Amino acid sequence: MYPELGQLALILALLLAVLLSVVPLVGSLTGRDNLQAFARPLASGVFVFIGLSFAILTHAFLTDDFSVAYVANNSNSLLPWYFKFSAVWGGHEGSLLLWILMLSGWTMAVAVFSRRLPAVMISQVLSILGMVSVGFMLFIIVTSNPFDRLLPNVPMDGADLNPLLQDFGLIVHPPMLYMGYVGFSVAFAFAIAALINGRLDAAWARWSRPWTTVAWAFLSVGIALGSWWAYYELGWGGWWFWDPVENASLLPWLSGTALMHSLAVTEKRGVFKSWTVLLAIVTFSLSLLGTFLVRSGVLTSVHAFASDPERGTFLLVLLAVTIIASLTLYAFRAPVVHVRSRYGSFSREIFLLLNNVLLVSATLLVAVGTLYPLVLDFLDMGRLSIGEPFFNLTFSPLAIAAGLLMGVGVFSRWKKTDAGWLARKLLWPLAVSVLISTAVMVGYGGFTPWAFLGIFTSVWVTTATFWDLWDKSASRKGRIHGLKRQSRSYYGMVFGHLGLAITMAGATVVSNYGIERDVRMVPGDVAELGDYQVVFKEIGERRGPNFTAQYGSFDVLLDGKLVSELHPEKRQYAVAMSVMTEADIDGGLFRDIFVAVGERISDDAWAIRIQYKPLIRWLWLGALFMATGGFLAVSDRRYRIREPVARSTTKPVSDPTDVQGAAGAVS
Amino acid sequence: MHPIRKKRLTIVLFLLAGLSIAVALTTYALRQNINLFYDPSQISAGEAPVDVRIRAGGMVEQGSVVRDTESLKVEFRVTDFSHSVPVEYVGILPDLFAEGQGIVAMGRLNNQGRFVADQVLAKHDENYMPPEVADALEKASKSNGSATAGGAKPATY
Repeated sequence: MYPELGQLALILALLLAVLLSVVPLVGSLTGRDNLQAFARPLASGVFVFIGLSFAILTHAFLTDDFSVAYVANNSNSLLPWYFKFSAVWGGHEGSLLLWILMLSGWTMAVAVFSRRLPAVMISQVLSILGMVSVGFMLFIIVTSNPFDRLLPNVPMDGADLNPLLQDFGLIVHPPMLYMGYVGFSVAFAFAIAALINGRLDAAWARWSRPWTTVAWAFLSVGIALGSWWAYYELGWGGWWFWDPVENASLLPWLSGTALMHSLAVTEKRGVFKSWTVLLAIVTFSLSLLGTFLVRSGVLTSVHAFASDPERGTFLLVLLAVTIIASLTLYAFRAPVVHVRSRYGSFSREIFLLLNNVLLVSATLLVAVGTLYPLVLDFLDMGRLSIGEPFFNLTFSPLAIAAGLLMGVGVFSRWKKTDAGWLARKLLWPLAVSVLISTAVMVGYGGFTPWAFLGIFTSVWVTTATFWDLWDKSASRKGRIHGLKRQSRSYYGMVFGHLGLAITMAGATVVSNYGIERDVRMVPGDVAELGDYQVVFKEIGERRGPNFTAQYGSFDVLLDGKLVSELHPEKRQYAVAMSVMTEADIDGGLFRDIFVAVGERISDDAWAIRIQYKPLIRWLWLGALFMATGGFLAVSDRRYRIREPVARSTTKPVSDPTDVQGAAGAVS
Repeated sequence: MHPIRKKRLTIVLFLLAGLSIAVALTTYALRQNINLFYDPSQISAGEAPVDVRIRAGGMVEQGSVVRDTESLKVEFRVTDFSHSVPVEYVGILPDLFAEGQGIVAMGRLNNQGRFVADQVLAKHDENYMPPEVADALEKASKSNGSATAGGAKPATY
């Protein structure tokens, strides 16, 4: 009974979404306020029914309703309740339902938090979000219904959740990631609405900025959680594999970062408008591309569930329609850039432009590396793979360049910066950075050019950021007053940039100074790991709720003193008949010690992987800093204060009646 | 030149410069890092280059896994049921590695025709078959008539 209600709720939500995508839009184009007034109630309606549908699916999982095919395939009565809960998004259908739940949640949030926006804008934004919802709801109802029943042959028990997914990581990683992915739809909707009514101005940039920033912050956390999960759960200690699925999440992050910076310029200085709009379209398209790559089954990985060609085609059509429609609109409506404000060739504008060039180059590069093998395979021109070295070789220089530029950029001023003044400003931070990074290199023992560049860049960003903070907080009323006077969005930037520096430091140090050893050990053996010794004490048996495990015991010693005891496991899951390696990690801010049990080589000998991972936590700590920065920036008071109806001095850049040809738009 | 034009020109030049750097880096790195896939029949026929990093894959032949008891060295044969290739690997094998499983290995072919792997991938799901392996098996079974030895057949996925 309940599952049918869930299905019904889903269909009702679809109908409401269809209304949402038509009625307010028509109202806004014909100027009928009574139609526009439907936007908010319809947005709430979609959210309520999707929420209901999601709640019913969750109920089916928690009550072990194996008559529902999706539950039977992804759950088991022995599963602990919290994994039953997270199993809701452990498979294809449920994860799509989560996607739509997020989308309707974002739509709802726009409806609630945009009271101050003109009715025309809000109606159009909500209508466009409604259209995106329609596409995905059709997809789920037509190809991936989570409420399909297995009647009358109801299985006795479920096939169990993939053991890899029975982990805390699954509970938090997908929702965070989806919040980010889907959140870019808001920036997209604002961009499209601005194109439709020709209002590409500073006010538009101000409205879309906080949404973009929040989506970006969630995506940062989502990616970091994924990396952390891969590290302790399936990666045997690796943290980024340049796997197509990981790249799929990195692509919108990179272009979203570019978008965030370009929006800043558009808001503050009224330039780069067309570019910003294009970035908003591209970023959401990349989110959709990611969804397509992961959900269509063109990729095979832990993320790609059982695939079905119909699904891939549907998603590809959805992706194509979105991209073609929005780019066509862009070509016709993007304003001719009337640059009213001047900026010199050495200004903050230019530094942010360079930032965009680097980020977009990085996006293209990752896209090429990810899509090239897929396209070739699709055209039947051979199977090949592009390995990690490709990405490391091409991505690292761009990341370092972006970091070096960032240090200079924070000192620069809008409009015009005096080059000589800037050079003098940079002298001390530069000297300090060289000193510190040399000291760090000596500390870790061993010089390589890449390690130096990476460490120098992160120290440089840190020094420059603090130097600028020190400069700006100078005040006659004292330092504390000066610090308090800075805006939250400035602190947002400080945190964001420090976060990047922290992540870069972690990535550089762990890649260059980490130690990985695969050794054959019998109980009693001691293996050297840098300054540490790992003692293999014994291996026994242990029984978990739905698995049995070989349970190893290891001592980690430093200079003969016990640092920690680790218990890595090798689990056999009975229902799914699969084996899982559970590593055990002694984590710390400055280093992790990682022990995992491999296979049994002979009666008493085992293959053991031991790793020393310096600063690995910094990778994810940096992402947390970045996300904190994002949330700080959004809480800035200028987004909260009520402004008098904006009478901007600059008129809307392009008149809706003045339809620009494609050729005109490029100029 | 008009200052605005000049500015636009600078912007376009910046974009072009960024783009060309990206393209140059990409093509350079691509040329070095493309790993082509070869199936056991192709390797046996000598189509695969020697001492170039390639990917190879197939089913792990039943009864072929020999493990050195004093080190982490493992030897096994990978087959598409028409030809098979000896593989050696030092390290920890993935959890789902087993005889009769489809795997993909990265490594180099030495001049004795042995594949020296530095990475062995077996996927996370026991029903999963690497697409390359499924293709290879299909190809081999076509050229062999209907002979599929070992009782294993490509899983439908």
